[in-house]
Amino acid sequence: MSATGQDAAAGAPAMRVETPLARFWSEFAESRLALLGLALLTLVALIALLAPLIAPQNPYDLNQLDIMDARLAPGEVSGDGRITYWLGTDGQGRDMLSAMMYGLRISLSVGALSAIFAMALGTIVGLVAAWLGGRWEAVIMRIVDIQLGFPAILVALILLSVLGQGVDKVLIALVIVQWAYFARTARGSALVERRREYIEAASCLDLSGPRIVLRHLLPNCLPPLIVIATIQVAEAIALEATLSFLGLGVPVTEPSLGMLIANGFNFLLSGYYWISVFPGLLLAVAIVAINLVGDQLRDVLNPRLRK
Amino acid sequence: MLVFIIRRLLQSLLALAVMSLLVFVGVYLIGDPVAILASPDATEVDREQIARALGLDRPLWEQYALFVGEALRGNFGKSFVFGQPAMGLIFERMGATVELALVATVVSILVGLPLGIYAGLRPDGIAGRSIMAGSILGFSLPTFWVGLMLIMIFAVQLGVLPASGRGEVGSFLGLHSSLFTLNGIVHLILPATTLALVRAATTIRLARAGVREVLHMDYVKFARAKGLPERRVIGVHVLKNIMIPIVTVTGLEIGSVIAFAVVTETIYAWPGMGKLLIDSIVNLDRPVVVAYLIVVLFILVMLNLVVDILYSVLDPRVRLGEQKG
Repeated sequence: MSATGQDAAAGAPAMRVETPLARFWSEFAESRLALLGLALLTLVALIALLAPLIAPQNPYDLNQLDIMDARLAPGEVSGDGRITYWLGTDGQGRDMLSAMMYGLRISLSVGALSAIFAMALGTIVGLVAAWLGGRWEAVIMRIVDIQLGFPAILVALILLSVLGQGVDKVLIALVIVQWAYFARTARGSALVERRREYIEAASCLDLSGPRIVLRHLLPNCLPPLIVIATIQVAEAIALEATLSFLGLGVPVTEPSLGMLIANGFNFLLSGYYWISVFPGLLLAVAIVAINLVGDQLRDVLNPRLRK
Repeated sequence: MLVFIIRRLLQSLLALAVMSLLVFVGVYLIGDPVAILASPDATEVDREQIARALGLDRPLWEQYALFVGEALRGNFGKSFVFGQPAMGLIFERMGATVELALVATVVSILVGLPLGIYAGLRPDGIAGRSIMAGSILGFSLPTFWVGLMLIMIFAVQLGVLPASGRGEVGSFLGLHSSLFTLNGIVHLILPATTLALVRAATTIRLARAGVREVLHMDYVKFARAKGLPERRVIGVHVLKNIMIPIVTVTGLEIGSVIAFAVVTETIYAWPGMGKLLIDSIVNLDRPVVVAYLIVVLFILVMLNLVVDILYSVLDPRVRLGEQKG
C-alpha cells in the first residue's frame, strides 16, 4: 500500500537516472532496525493471510475443540494424541497458536481498514477545507481541533457504547476517532502546496477545481499522509485490542488478539500464563514492527531531512 | 492577560455546552435503561412506572431541557443504579483517579527526563540507542497487556506486590491519599507504573529531540566557552530550554492519562471514576456517564488554559493577550 502511494507521490517530477522508488528504497534500507521491522511486518502479515492454511486447528469450529484439553500447558499433546499444543490451550480447549493466527487476521484487518477509511475521509475533508478556505475552512478545522482535544480512548468508548458490539461498529468508531489526524495533516500540506507554481500553472490552464485538487494537489500531499497512516494502523490495532479487553470491541465469536488476552486475564491469577502472554507478545510484535517502519518512513519522506 | 483568560473561559463554556448536547443525545441512543433496571418478570405497567420515575417517558428535547436546567444548578441527576446523585458518585471516586494520574505523570517525568537527556547527549552510544529502542517499546506495547504482565510477574510469580485495590488511604492536612500509608504506596506501584509507561516513552523522545536541537545553539556554546562546568550547562542552560515542549505536552496529556486510567483501573480494580464509567456504560446508567464526561471535559478545558498560561511564564516571548482567537 505504502509503496504504490510513494510511487504516485514521487513519480510526478521528472525522472532521474536513479528511479524515485530505488532512491526511496536505499534511503529506507539505511536503518537496520527499520528493515527488521519490515521483515517482521511481512511475516506477521503472511501469517494472518495464510492462517486458514497453516493453523493446526480451526478455532471457530466447535467440532474440533475438546473441552478435555482445556488449559493445557504449552507443548502438551491433546488427549487423543492428534495435535501438539505448542502454545497451550485456552479455557475451552482451543489451540492457542491457531486462535492467535485467526485473531491476528481480525486485529490486522481492523487496523488497516480503519486507517484506510480514515485516511480517505480525512484527506478529502482536509483538502476541501484548504481549497475552499474562508468560513468553511474555519468551521471544519474547529471541529478537527475539538475532536483532537479529546483522548481517543474516551471518544471510542462512548461511540462504542452508543453503537454496540461488532467488527463493523469497531471500524466505524476507529474511523471517527482517526479521521481528524488525516484532515489536519492533509490541510497543512495542501496549504503549503497550493502556493506552488505547478498549482498556479494548472489554474492558468483553466482546469476544473476538482481536477486540480485530485490530480495535482493530492499526489503531492501524500507523503506525510502515508506516514500518519502507518502510525495510525498501529494505533488502531492497539485501540481495538484495548476496547475488546474492556468488553466493548469485537464480539466473543470473532476473538481478536485483544479479546484473547482478555479471556486469559481470568486465568492469569491461577498461573495459566500462556493464554494471555502469547497473544500479547504477537500483538506487541505486530505493533512494534509497524511503528519501526513508520518511524523510518517519516525520516525518509520528510523533505526537511532530505540531503 | 486577563482579557485572554476571560475570552478563553467563554470559549470553553461554549465548548462545554455543545459537548453536553452531543453527549446527551449520544448517551440517549445507547439503549433502554428500563430493560436493565426492571426485573425480567416485570409487567408492562411496572416498566412504565420505572420510566416515568426516571423521567424517561418524556421527549428527548424535554429531557435535555430539564437536564440543562438542573445541571446549571449543580444537579446532574441521580444514578439509575445507585440512586445517589451522579456527580457525587463521580467526586467520591475522582480522588483515586487523580491521585493515580498525577503519580503516574510525576513518575514518567522522573524516569523519562534523565533518560531522554542522556540519550540526547550520546545519541549514537549503546545506552542511547537502547533507551530509544525502549521508548519505541514503551508506546507500542498495549497498556493493558503491560499491566497484565506486571501482575503476572510481581503479584503471581514473585508475590511481592498486590494486584488489586487501593489499599489503606491515609489523610494528611485534610487530603486523603494512598501516598500517606505504606500499604497505600505499595498498592500504587503497579497501576502507576503501568499508566506512566506511555508517558515516559513520550518524555524520553521529547527530551532527546530537545537536547539534540539545543546543544547546537549559540548560548550553549557560549556557556561552555565561558568555562561553565558541564553539569551547569546541561542542568541550567539546556534543561530550561527543553522544558517548554515537555511541560506543554505533559500538561495537555494529563487529561488523556485520566482517560487512560479507565483501562488501568479496570485491570487493577482501582476504585476510581474510570472503573465507574465502564460499569455505568455496561449498566446503561446514563446520568453517571454524562456526569463523568462533563467532569473530564471540564478538566481538559482547564488543563488547556493552565498550560497556555504556564507557557507564557516559561517563554516570555509568548504574549497571550496579543494572540488571536
